[in-house]
Amino acid sequence: MRILVVEDDKDVAGFVVKGLREAGHTVEHADNGRDGLFLAASENFDAIILDRMLPGGIDGLRLLETLRAQDNVTPVVFLSALSQVDDRVKGLKAGGDDYLTKPFAFAELLARVEALTRRGKTDGPTTRLAVGDLEIDLLSRGVKRAGQKIDLQPREFRLLEYLMRHAGQVVTRTMLLEGVWDYHFDPQTNVIDVHVSRLRQKIDKPFELPLLHTVRNAGYMLRAEDV
Amino acid sequence: MSSSRAIAAVTRERGAKKRPKPLIRSAGIRLALVYAAVFGVSAFALAFSLWYSTVGLLERQVEVAIRNDATALNDHYTMGGLPSLVTAIEDRLAISPDGDAIYLLLDARGTKIIGNLDHWPAGLNQTDAWYELPVTRHGAGSTALLRAFGLGNGDQLLVGRDDSARTQLRGILEQGLLSAMGLMTLLGLVGAILIRALFRRTIQDIAATTRAISRGDLTRRVPQSGDGDEFDELAEIINDMLDRITRLMDGVREVSNSIAHDLRTPITRARTRLEDAALHASSPDDLRSAIERATDDLDGVVAVFQALLRIAEIEAGARRSAFAMLDLSPLLLDIEDLYHAVAEDRGILLRTEICNPLRLLGDRELIQQAVTNLLENALKFSPEGAVITFRAARAGATIEITIADNGPGISEQDRLRATERFFRAESARSTTGSGLGLALVSAVANLHNGMLSLSDNHPGLRAVILLPQTPDLPGD
Repeated sequence: MRILVVEDDKDVAGFVVKGLREAGHTVEHADNGRDGLFLAASENFDAIILDRMLPGGIDGLRLLETLRAQDNVTPVVFLSALSQVDDRVKGLKAGGDDYLTKPFAFAELLARVEALTRRGKTDGPTTRLAVGDLEIDLLSRGVKRAGQKIDLQPREFRLLEYLMRHAGQVVTRTMLLEGVWDYHFDPQTNVIDVHVSRLRQKIDKPFELPLLHTVRNAGYMLRAEDV
Repeated sequence: MSSSRAIAAVTRERGAKKRPKPLIRSAGIRLALVYAAVFGVSAFALAFSLWYSTVGLLERQVEVAIRNDATALNDHYTMGGLPSLVTAIEDRLAISPDGDAIYLLLDARGTKIIGNLDHWPAGLNQTDAWYELPVTRHGAGSTALLRAFGLGNGDQLLVGRDDSARTQLRGILEQGLLSAMGLMTLLGLVGAILIRALFRRTIQDIAATTRAISRGDLTRRVPQSGDGDEFDELAEIINDMLDRITRLMDGVREVSNSIAHDLRTPITRARTRLEDAALHASSPDDLRSAIERATDDLDGVVAVFQALLRIAEIEAGARRSAFAMLDLSPLLLDIEDLYHAVAEDRGILLRTEICNPLRLLGDRELIQQAVTNLLENALKFSPEGAVITFRAARAGATIEITIADNGPGISEQDRLRATERFFRAESARSTTGSGLGLALVSAVANLHNGMLSLSDNHPGLRAVILLPQTPDLPGD
């Protein structure tokens, strides 16, 4: 993927650019708002990682608003030290697709960027999702693995659906909290681990090949092949 | 950042708009002068009205008498001619030869026909006008109020009243009033000085206290007289304000001490791990795991900061703008759904009763976080096999969200301090946590004009968030 990083802090930018390149992406970097806007508007990117406070007269919000005004729909993840709830709301209202506050774990950023680009690609509503021999029907809310019917609680179904929509990608605990439970803060307890392990009991335990993998220091991944 | 700059700008503007300097710098003297002026003006008004009502009344009475006398004499003249008039004047003079009435009748040539004046007073040259002139009567001089009337054939009649008694009275009154004025001025000045002294004494108490406080002695208070007067009231207000400032300062001091203490521990741990790894790690794996654990420690530090900022954000009340009408029932059921599994895993029974619906004007995310904090606390302190009650119900116009556990609870003296930032009961020291959870719950409840109540669950802790259904929002 081609990703634009607009970030003025040299250390953060270097860290993000290096990490994204290691993950196999092509990365462009701008260290001020004006250059960032120029690059974002003139070239094609699959995603933009955008700092809120930028030098050069154009801050992150202005940059994004200008971009959206030009009908540019490139997915944008805000990366900002402004952590108040209102700041996040402002960022999302301006057209941001996700909002991550500093300090952040790189795994979280990577997972969110990759999740966004996947979301951009799905065309039209799907009614059926499948990973390996596991399949779910979104209309009848039925789950089957290797032809065997599996009973899931409504919330377990939503958890599985989220994981299947991001199959092959790392999904972090925070992403699950936000996406499945609509929680926007980190609980102290390992709630997500408990729910994932219950889901795993139902969809993986009776079968030989595990589909739901734990990715160390990052989160989970649903995937047919071994990680 | 920008807001503080704005405040600075406003202050500068206010400083630049200088008020004209008052002529007299001492408010006490100004007050005393105002008092003296008001006292003087009122004394003058009193004296003037007294003067007007006595001297003025006398003068008007004399004028009326002269006019009536003249009219009567004129009637004599019209009816009986000059002889009748002469007889009438003769009669009057005969009745009271030493009275204060004055008559003088002259013919057209200016010869005296009758009268008790020796000659026509100098300066009286117009008829039908009031004159106050010196006259000579039987050789003796005095002043008199006089009026001349022209008769038909050029004869002239002068009627008047001797003024000497009235002049005497006026003199006495004038003297009396003047000395009274002098006395009043003196009294006014004495009063002014007294007022100034009183004013200064009261202000001095306040000034001395505030000066001591600005030098750093926050224990000082303005002495109160106990009369319950305005100055007493002011002293009370100032003392209340000082109490609040002291409490806030203590709070700030305590919080900064706690921050320093609570954050030094994980930072020191992270530092030690990194240094230890740098010195002793024998394999890249060792190094990596040390770095990972140090990162976790630092994440904990960040989490404490986030929680502190969140509480500050809530306490500032800025989030009221995001209040919306919402139903708490599904929100609470979601939380139950999320934590039910955790409780089950730990062998704890989560007993839930949520009323439906629970409509409320508030902030969804904050209430979610507050309830989650309480539930996580209950889970953290509950042993295996315990029961946690999670109940939400409407009680009148208030919504009560109760979370009760059978854990160690909080002792009564700790309960009052449990919502302070970084407060951790002795029994909770060994568990993980920042001591910010209940502070946040309390801040959220306060933001919604509600409160957090902590009580004994015999055994355990019973935490109740009380939320009014429609908090009265200032400015909405």
